Amino acid sequence: MTRHFAISLPVGSSLENHTGAWRTERPQYADFLPPCNNACPAGENVQNWLYHAEEADYQEAWEEIMRNNPFPAIMGRACYHPCETACNRATVDEAVSIHSVERFLGDRAIAEGWHIKIATEKSGKRILIVGGGPSGLSAAYHLARLGHSVTIVEAEAKAGGMMRYGIPEYRLPRDVIDAEVQRILDMGVTLRLNEKVRDIPAAMKKESFDACFLAIGAHISKHVDIPSPDAGRVLDALHMLRDSENSSDKGALIGRRVIVYGGGNTALDVARSAKRLGGESIIVYRRTKEKMPAHAFEVEEAIEEGIQFRWLETIKHLSDETITIEKMKLDSDGYPQPTGEFEVISGDMVVLALGQDVDTSITTGIPGIKNDKDGIVSVDSNMMTGFPGLFAGGDMVPSERTITVAVGHGKKAARNIDAYLRGKEFSVKEKHTLATAEKLNTWYYSDAEKAVQPTLEMLRRRTTFEEVFGGLDETNALFEARRCMSCGNCFECDNCLAVCPDNAIRKLPMHLGMEPGKGRFEINYDYCKGCGICVAECPAGAMEMVPEVI
Amino acid sequence: MIEPKIQEQSSVDGVQTRVKFYQTGTFTAGNRLLDKELRTVQSSQERSNAITCGHRACQGCGEALGARYALDAAIRAANGNIIAVNATGCLEVFSTPYPETSWQVPWLHSLFGNATAVASGVAAALRRQGKDHIRVVAQGGDGGTTDIGFGALSGMFERNDDVLYLCYDNQGYMNTGVQRSSATPPTARTATTPAVGKAPGNPFGIGKDVPRIAMAHNIPYVATASVANLHDLEEKVTKAMSIHGARYIHIFVPCPLGWAHATRDTIRVARLAVESGVWPLFEAEHGEVIHSSPIRRQIPVEEYLMTQGRFAHLFKPKRDEERLSALQAIANKNIERYHLIHEEANA
Amino acid sequence: MLKQIEGSRGVAEAVALCRPKVVCAYPITPQTHIVEALGEMVRTGELPDCEFINVESEFAAMSVAIGSSAGGVRSYTATSSQGLLFMTEAVYNASGMGLPIVMTLGTRAIGAPINIWNDHSDAMALRDAGWVMLFAETNQEAVDLHIQAFRIAESLGTPVMVCVDGFILTHAYEQLDIPEETLVTKFVGPFQPAYELDPEHPVTAGALVGPEAFAEVRYLAHHKQLQALKRIPALAEEFLQQFGRDSGGYFHAYNLEGASTVVVGMGSVVGTVLDVADELRKNGHSIGVMAITCYRPFPFDTVREALKRAERIIVIDRSITAGMGGPLAADIRLALENRLLPVHTIIAGLGGRPITKASLKKIFERAPLGELPEITFLDLNWDMVKNELGAEVA
Ligand SMILES: Cc1cc2nc3c(=O)[nH]c(=O)nc-3n(C[C@H](O)[C@H](O)[C@H](O)COP(=O)(O)OP(=O)(O)OC[C@H]3O[C@@H](n4cnc5c(N)ncnc54)[C@H](O)[C@@H]3O)c2cc1C
Ligand SMILES: Cc1ncc(C[n+]2csc(CCOP(=O)(O)OP(=O)(O)O)c2C)c(N)n1
Ligand code: SF4
Ligand code: SF4
Ligand code: SF4
Ligand SMILES: [Mg+2]
Repeated sequence: MTRHFAISLPVGSSLENHTGAWRTERPQYADFLPPCNNACPAGENVQNWLYHAEEADYQEAWEEIMRNNPFPAIMGRACYHPCETACNRATVDEAVSIHSVERFLGDRAIAEGWHIKIATEKSGKRILIVGGGPSGLSAAYHLARLGHSVTIVEAEAKAGGMMRYGIPEYRLPRDVIDAEVQRILDMGVTLRLNEKVRDIPAAMKKESFDACFLAIGAHISKHVDIPSPDAGRVLDALHMLRDSENSSDKGALIGRRVIVYGGGNTALDVARSAKRLGGESIIVYRRTKEKMPAHAFEVEEAIEEGIQFRWLETIKHLSDETITIEKMKLDSDGYPQPTGEFEVISGDMVVLALGQDVDTSITTGIPGIKNDKDGIVSVDSNMMTGFPGLFAGGDMVPSERTITVAVGHGKKAARNIDAYLRGKEFSVKEKHTLATAEKLNTWYYSDAEKAVQPTLEMLRRRTTFEEVFGGLDETNALFEARRCMSCGNCFECDNCLAVCPDNAIRKLPMHLGMEPGKGRFEINYDYCKGCGICVAECPAGAMEMVPEVI
Repeated sequence: MIEPKIQEQSSVDGVQTRVKFYQTGTFTAGNRLLDKELRTVQSSQERSNAITCGHRACQGCGEALGARYALDAAIRAANGNIIAVNATGCLEVFSTPYPETSWQVPWLHSLFGNATAVASGVAAALRRQGKDHIRVVAQGGDGGTTDIGFGALSGMFERNDDVLYLCYDNQGYMNTGVQRSSATPPTARTATTPAVGKAPGNPFGIGKDVPRIAMAHNIPYVATASVANLHDLEEKVTKAMSIHGARYIHIFVPCPLGWAHATRDTIRVARLAVESGVWPLFEAEHGEVIHSSPIRRQIPVEEYLMTQGRFAHLFKPKRDEERLSALQAIANKNIERYHLIHEEANA
Repeated sequence: MLKQIEGSRGVAEAVALCRPKVVCAYPITPQTHIVEALGEMVRTGELPDCEFINVESEFAAMSVAIGSSAGGVRSYTATSSQGLLFMTEAVYNASGMGLPIVMTLGTRAIGAPINIWNDHSDAMALRDAGWVMLFAETNQEAVDLHIQAFRIAESLGTPVMVCVDGFILTHAYEQLDIPEETLVTKFVGPFQPAYELDPEHPVTAGALVGPEAFAEVRYLAHHKQLQALKRIPALAEEFLQQFGRDSGGYFHAYNLEGASTVVVGMGSVVGTVLDVADELRKNGHSIGVMAITCYRPFPFDTVREALKRAERIIVIDRSITAGMGGPLAADIRLALENRLLPVHTIIAGLGGRPITKASLKKIFERAPLGELPEITFLDLNWDMVKNELGAEVA
């Protein structure tokens, strides 16, 4: 066959023409920080574990959570999930129900008996952990993973701290706590119960601990003086909750008509527990509903259960069968001011839920320890107190008081203790730029309403301590995981590969890609003209344009 | 767009019934959660890349993209046995400046207005040689299709020749410097309908609707497509390739140069055209519309217009309310004619 | 086989014997009978394995032929006049692409004013289109030239136009010798495509060529025509051997040896010219006739050689390049190089005007007397012209 000169050409010869020279900006792949990850106090890589969950690779997903947080099943129930508040999906419809997927994974792990393999060599270092709450347990877990030998000393009869003695069972079943704690103990962590540490330096010295993590929480209830003929009728919230946990006969502890004083989550837990114990619960709070520090969803749940609320009221005094309250009004600055208007209501018991203080007696006298204005123990950015080798975290240091923050402190402390013991500096990697909603191209995501967790029927909610919310089954958990938009991180939708008018993007074979979801594509800058379509059409906003350096 | 659905009952307390879904479903080119067969040709590294790298289309050219989308799908459908005939226009010029060619398929360019006729000839030749497995695709710009090549197009339709014709509609004669064609929309600025005078841009009431004219030929298959809806486009090409006789697909391909939009916005502009009803996506068989793709998230036409400099005079120095609403009315008419808003889709 | 048939039928049968696989048809007088006949032969199976495509225009006819030829099969079409002009763009394209398409041009005048009768304006309009152009002197030659045309086209990768005078030849019934199929098959051979559009070995055909290579492409096109110049007489010779007829080649020379007056013409007019020349020769005139068959490429050298001893030349042009004169005469002048020789152009037979022996005879007689102007419009009705031009002419 003849090939006419200049009329017919062999194919593909335009490869000679390197159009990359036209570029003024270049696209590149970036791993931006998903807002959920950014918001997670335990530093979970939420986007990443959802990525595995989306593929129904639940164990991989669970292991990813476990890199940062040993309590997926607990977190999936009791964490206030700031990740969801930050979640970009809210700009599309509703935030991803991250917690319910986490709970599903946690429950699956318990059911399947998944364990963490610790391959690290033993360091030979011994660490004392004072307090077996979430913070202490988290530190113990992470230190164990790092090869250290850990002993937790806990004053109570069981580990769990406020997760067990504060958070009521209907929100966090005890078998879940038991299972997740046991898994930590199975890693070789020693737990000594019913032992209260009083002198830390002595305790460390006696058993030659190389470092100590202090996480005793905040257990001293705040009080107000309410004139009352019978002191026994005024109880504090922690006592009431703790007693109901320890008592075999929960109902015996409570009056018929319980007035709970306070507007925080603890007040709600008390009121809802009292209701379940057969009482009538009334919450009295100085300010308005909107100003309650409790989470709005918990208030709604309480209302559903028939808890009564008296907003803009304070308790003046108690008499035999009645309680006198004073009506309040908000001043122009939003503070409650007395009105001099009183009302007498019936009630046979008052529970104070006004917050907790840290028992600082344990740290007094330790050289170098500093306390902040509220008497809380100060730590540096490495979670270390002024006393070398003594670290602290959780409710007892200045911070938000949640189990997740406590877990995060435990992790951070563990990594710092590890560095301290190895004579190194632990440095956190610089955070990537945040994957804000504008970076995403959300058109590409399928419509999908949030999966709803099943709820216990109302009668049982009001009368038993059975768990209020059920977990998602696998179908729903998978569905929910897949609502995740993988903010700022490639999730292999192949859009960039497809939309490039210049075929300048190549999909790497799996064995060349570093790990799934990362480095799966390569841009051929010989041909990329820098139009930016790939960046604009990346649903996840995992690409960016940067100026070309000439 | 399809959202592959697997109905799976689940029964935690009997409250939940959910459908398994796939994150981005088939809205993205690929999706690692989907079976390979449900992903697009373009999502595969093994696609044929009918037009390879090094072509000289402008940055972000929608036509370069649309042509590769369509041809790669056709190539897959025909197991690689494709011959492409091309009309004169940007696509031809940017892909074959001697001594370079980007084409990976046998490709033949003759003239501006005769691609369809040439394709008919190629098809006849193949038939005579018993090479029925080799399929012929003809392609051209809107000018080459709706104007100068219109007679030949109609002739090919009328004879029901075994040719798939792909019109890459960038709504103007781009290769010669953005002049008006019969596919240029009202109010658009082109070099021959400048944005000056009392009614700047292309006038209302002129132009032609070639997909509907194609339908009037009662040919087996007519469809509209868009570079913003890749799955839809590939499905249409694949379907067209399964049929013999004259077939026509009219593909919306934004031109950053001619439309004066950001190069990165090529697909976005196309998407907004679909979402506003400006560009209805439908299929017709033997002259009857058999399917249309519902708008996903309806937007006012304005939002589409605002992305492009060729419509800038509708907003500056002051909003041209009258003509904006006339343009909206055109979209509304499309929505009505092709039932682009499904109640279920919005439920 | 001898048959008493219309010229068009003869051409159609010759084409059919060459077994084209695609025939494109669009009606225009006087070519219509050819494609009609072919269409019928396709239906009856006389021309087997062929697509007869009714297209919507001549532009499409040539375009379909471009496609089918590039697609790998022998392709044929026919047209006339307006039709040729309507397909002009594709005519150039076919040669630019080197496609071996054969087309019959039933020569006819071009409008306006619209006129369906014969002259050579259509052929002349496209004489620079890069096609080989052969002019048939008789219908028998038309038959024979078509057989040669496919061979020329395919062996060189160039399209060939066989020009057959509209009506005068196309519509004339006469006895024609239609060759045996086996002989034709042997002579023409299997189709040789210019290139193959093969998905297994893809090529890009019809690329954009810029200034850096365009002149070279054109040079090569010229070169190909020069090759054709070599091939054409050789094939005519081969044809003579196999079919026993002297058809084709550069030109037919009638009594050129020693003729002081040479009349040059193309196509059917030659028959009339020969009659007049014979008569004049009997009367002692030294007159010869040159009937050009191969108009493009133009056989300058051979023509010059043949006219070496002529003292004057009369060229009968069946078209006019307005403002210049006769196009064939211009080529003859060019062939003479620097020889200072009177070349008289006779513009004759425009739009079907009969070229009568009497008129020609007068012209031929005047030539040796030195009375013939450089350009003569045969039988022009001066009254009509004057009437139109008014005072200007007077
Ligand atoms: C009623 C209530 C409900 C809550 N609900 C939620 C919720 O839903 N979600 C959420 O995120 N947070 C919730 N919180 C807050 C959360 O429980 C705490 O922030 C968290 O438990 C703090 O963990 P920690 O490990 O710092 O302390 P803790 O959980 O208080 O654990 C400290 C542990 O140290 C032990 N200890 C104390 N002193 C000594 C000692 N000297 N020697 C040995 N052991 C000692 C204690 O017995 C205890 O087990 C709630 C708190 C309360 C009070
Ligand atoms: C017969 C003829 N007329 C005009 C031109 C000039 N011409 C070449 S490409 C072109 C514009 C092509 O427009 P379109 O078909 O819409 O394709 P686009 O370049 O926009 O993709 C024109 C007018 C030509 N090549 N041939
Ligand atoms: S969509 Fe996914 S990645 Fe984005 S914030 Fe929500 S959970 Fe995180
Ligand atoms: S789409 Fe292609 S050409 Fe455009 S910026 Fe991305 S890689 Fe470069
Ligand atoms: S002018 Fe438009 S259609 Fe032509 S190459 Fe540029 S972007 Fe593409
Ligand atoms: Mg165009």
